[in-house]
Amino acid sequence: MIEVAGLTKRYGEKMAVNQLTFAVRPGIVTGFLGPNGAGKSTTMRMMLGLDRPTAGDVRIDGQHYDRLKDPLTYIGALLDAKAMHGGRSAFNHLLCLAQSNGIPRSRVHEVLDTVGLTAVAKKKAKGFSLGMGQRLGIAGALLGDPRILMFDEPVNGLDPEGIHWIRNLMKSLAAQGRTVFVSSHLMSEMALTADHLVVIGQGRLLADTSMADFIRENSRSYVRIRSPQRELLLDVLHRAGIIVVENGVGTLEVDGHRPEDIGELAAQHRIVLHELSPQQASLEEAFMQLTAESVEYHAHTDTPLGAAPPPLPGEQPGPPAPGPQWGDDWKKG
Amino acid sequence: MIEAVGLTKRYGDKTAVYNLSFQVRPGSVTGFLGPNGSGKSTTMRMILGLDNPSAGQVTIGGYPYRRLPNAPRQVGALLDAKAVHGGRHARNHLLCLAQLSGIPARRVDEVLGVVGLQDVAKKRSKGFSLGMGQRLGIAAALLGDPQVLLFDEPVNGLDPEGILWVRNLMKSLAAEGRTVFVSSHLMSEMAVTADHLIVIGRGQLLADMSVRDFISHNSADFARVRTPGTDPAQREKLTAALTEAGGQVLPEQDGGLRVTGLPLPRISDLAHEADVRLWELSPHQASLEEAYMRMTQGAVDYRSTTDQRAGLQQQLPPGAVPPPQMPVPGQGQPGWYAPPSPQHGGQPFAMPQGQPPAGPYGAPGVPGAGVPNPYAQPAQPAPAQPAQPAPAPSPAASAQPSSAAPDLTKPEDAR
Amino acid sequence: MAATQVLRSEWTKIRSVASTLWTLSLAAVVTVVLGVLISLLSKNEFDNMSAKDRLSFDPTYISFAGMSLGQLAMIVFGVLVVSNEYSTGMIRTSLSAVPQRGTFLFGKMAVATVLAFLVGIVTSFVAFFLGQAMLGSHKAAIGDPGVLRAVIGGGLYMTLIAVFSMGVATMLRSPMLSLGILMPFFFLISAVLGNVSATKKIGQFLPDQAGSKIMQVVTPLDDDVPYGPWGGLGIMVLWVVVAVIGGYVLLKRRDA
Repeated sequence: MIEVAGLTKRYGEKMAVNQLTFAVRPGIVTGFLGPNGAGKSTTMRMMLGLDRPTAGDVRIDGQHYDRLKDPLTYIGALLDAKAMHGGRSAFNHLLCLAQSNGIPRSRVHEVLDTVGLTAVAKKKAKGFSLGMGQRLGIAGALLGDPRILMFDEPVNGLDPEGIHWIRNLMKSLAAQGRTVFVSSHLMSEMALTADHLVVIGQGRLLADTSMADFIRENSRSYVRIRSPQRELLLDVLHRAGIIVVENGVGTLEVDGHRPEDIGELAAQHRIVLHELSPQQASLEEAFMQLTAESVEYHAHTDTPLGAAPPPLPGEQPGPPAPGPQWGDDWKKG
Repeated sequence: MIEAVGLTKRYGDKTAVYNLSFQVRPGSVTGFLGPNGSGKSTTMRMILGLDNPSAGQVTIGGYPYRRLPNAPRQVGALLDAKAVHGGRHARNHLLCLAQLSGIPARRVDEVLGVVGLQDVAKKRSKGFSLGMGQRLGIAAALLGDPQVLLFDEPVNGLDPEGILWVRNLMKSLAAEGRTVFVSSHLMSEMAVTADHLIVIGRGQLLADMSVRDFISHNSADFARVRTPGTDPAQREKLTAALTEAGGQVLPEQDGGLRVTGLPLPRISDLAHEADVRLWELSPHQASLEEAYMRMTQGAVDYRSTTDQRAGLQQQLPPGAVPPPQMPVPGQGQPGWYAPPSPQHGGQPFAMPQGQPPAGPYGAPGVPGAGVPNPYAQPAQPAPAQPAQPAPAPSPAASAQPSSAAPDLTKPEDAR
Repeated sequence: MAATQVLRSEWTKIRSVASTLWTLSLAAVVTVVLGVLISLLSKNEFDNMSAKDRLSFDPTYISFAGMSLGQLAMIVFGVLVVSNEYSTGMIRTSLSAVPQRGTFLFGKMAVATVLAFLVGIVTSFVAFFLGQAMLGSHKAAIGDPGVLRAVIGGGLYMTLIAVFSMGVATMLRSPMLSLGILMPFFFLISAVLGNVSATKKIGQFLPDQAGSKIMQVVTPLDDDVPYGPWGGLGIMVLWVVVAVIGGYVLLKRRDA
């Protein structure tokens, strides 16, 4: 359990993190989302006691980070795959971490095995690819068998097998009752991994909800229906006061009703359904909607929703995709 | 148009790429997939004339890259975001490139605007974040307004807005009739960006087909069915009826059923006959990732094992241990390696084993030609997945590290 | 015991990087080899020396002549032990493993200091005995008054140089910046200040000049230094304490 209360970090005039309050609960994977420069990294660093909050505090299982005895056995973190001395071998890197927290040497061999780096344990970390560095960082996080795990962009540099592995690893850690907190820019990956979401923008909390609620609240979800008895179904739905949109190719769309309600209704009237599927927007769409709104609100511009979001601090998003006009006047010839 | 014919690259007695032949056509986004160490980067480098093929050739618009007239105006590439002199301003970096190929300075400001770096044009690229470096690399690729574009992991380090932007950029470049060739490890990203796929494993071509075909060839489409949650008897009744009619039924974690081998109307009729009410009946296509995993199962370089967690003093308090199989809300994801799709009889894209080349990847420990492949376990669906949480370390699990010894003698990708 | 855990961990860290080996062995080799060469030269030159020079001839101090160069390798050792954490990003991993920053810093410094002392004292003795062997008839014996103090002092001097560098590197974080300041400081500024008569008084209080007084056995004739060998070492210790406290306070306050 990580509890964040009124957490604030100011760098000079700039508020990097502003009055954040949320809790990361055990037993589930909690995703931590936000555009670049939203304050994700700063928040994670404050959680680990690396940066000092300007105001507010963070508690790890009820205690301040620097009061933890052998913190690696409480919380393991992957902050940055390259946060290690390149001249040290993978084994020694983990060994010095283990020793500082009184973790037995045998555990080092175990976690190296877990992440699949046993064969290169004696090699220097500077020869590692990004993906291997990432695996070593994950090994470091698992070292103390902690109840809380924190991962910052864990899939960076991993290949599909590695991505799949880390996803299952995080899910199984959560299923064991641990607290798993993951930040990522990859919405599609988050959609598969996280159960709960904490979203921040410009240092402020934008959302702290379950994945399903987040998508439901920030985008349109509807039920798609196909039936050979289309007219009859339309009639029944109409009489029940359910608004139906026909979308031309023989399918019907219903907003604001659960598929089970429609299934029951169809069964009552003995209507055959060939499809009854809940349709949801992707996490990415929901995220874009939410952050675009928040950024728009702060910037007081009147760009219509769905257009390219206005620039965010830290990183400028690109303008809309280029039209065919560029370079036209000097094209090669 | 990029065309590879019999492309082969050997490093000493190691074959990185073997007899690759494919075409990348204009007007669509072609994804280039493969596990780490499969030869993707080598292939990209040969396309750009950075490496010489040992045999075969690769041409762009009919010419090898080095003989291409005014190459920078025809081909743009993003290979490595950090291949930039860190002490140079973003604008000067692009200006150097532009002057090398006779592109007017005005174009530099154009592309800086396109990638959204106009405000930091005068900053040294040393201070750039990975995402900004990536944008600068994309700007360089677009500089010559080329007809052929190559991108290696373009979304690395970008935030969600940036990812969306790159995706739309690539699609619009393709829509303008350009050739767009993208490599990536992010299957979910590829699924929404690419129209066509070229998949390689161990330096050989595994697939060259449209995304849609790739998914349906390598995994089964299925239907998700849900019966009233209040009445488990209905679910069992439906399961029995569907199985009898020849369908394969797998229970899902949220109480739904995953049905393969029966069309949706047939499921509906069977439910009707069995007098079962349906709360959901939705068609599903397997994900690109699932299809990709199925195909490349044998071609992966290293595997992870289960965390044994022995020798650690700290144990979870008894109350904190939930049942080992915790339902994952919101997703119907059953065991990963679902049995091969029945209509294709086993492994449709098994590793080419018939005509092994002379020792591809001669490195020890790599399941190569002739050697029985320890990773290929087509007959075993679920247990092959090592990352599944093992409730207790079983003898089988502890034996795994030795049998699936990872091969890390080569880097994942030359980065 | 948290402190012993940190010591053990820092020992693993320091022994598992190549820079420890090469900086320390460079410090030892340069000090000894240069000391031997200069001792040999001095023996051959002795007959040509003026009477004044012969009177203030200090065979012990001559055999430590290599230390002026050898100490630079000690500086590199001290700087790298600390700033490697920063330049590689390891500091974030280290501080999340040991959030008590005082324990972390002093554990690290303790391990590095013990190691530097061992290397320093061995180097000092080897340099002394080999140097004396070269000096032939002009040599000093270890039992002579003040000689043992000077030889042990040589080891202490090298150790303190390393600790001073660690303190400075903790304040500055960057290895390039730390070396860029420490190298000229010891190699140029100290020498310049010490050789210009107007600034000589200030130069005497710099850590290396004050500290190296401990290695002198024969006081030069025109010596007007206001402190003795132990007083000089005390001045050096003050410098070291200030640097270490400065480093500690900054580390404690700063975001990692």
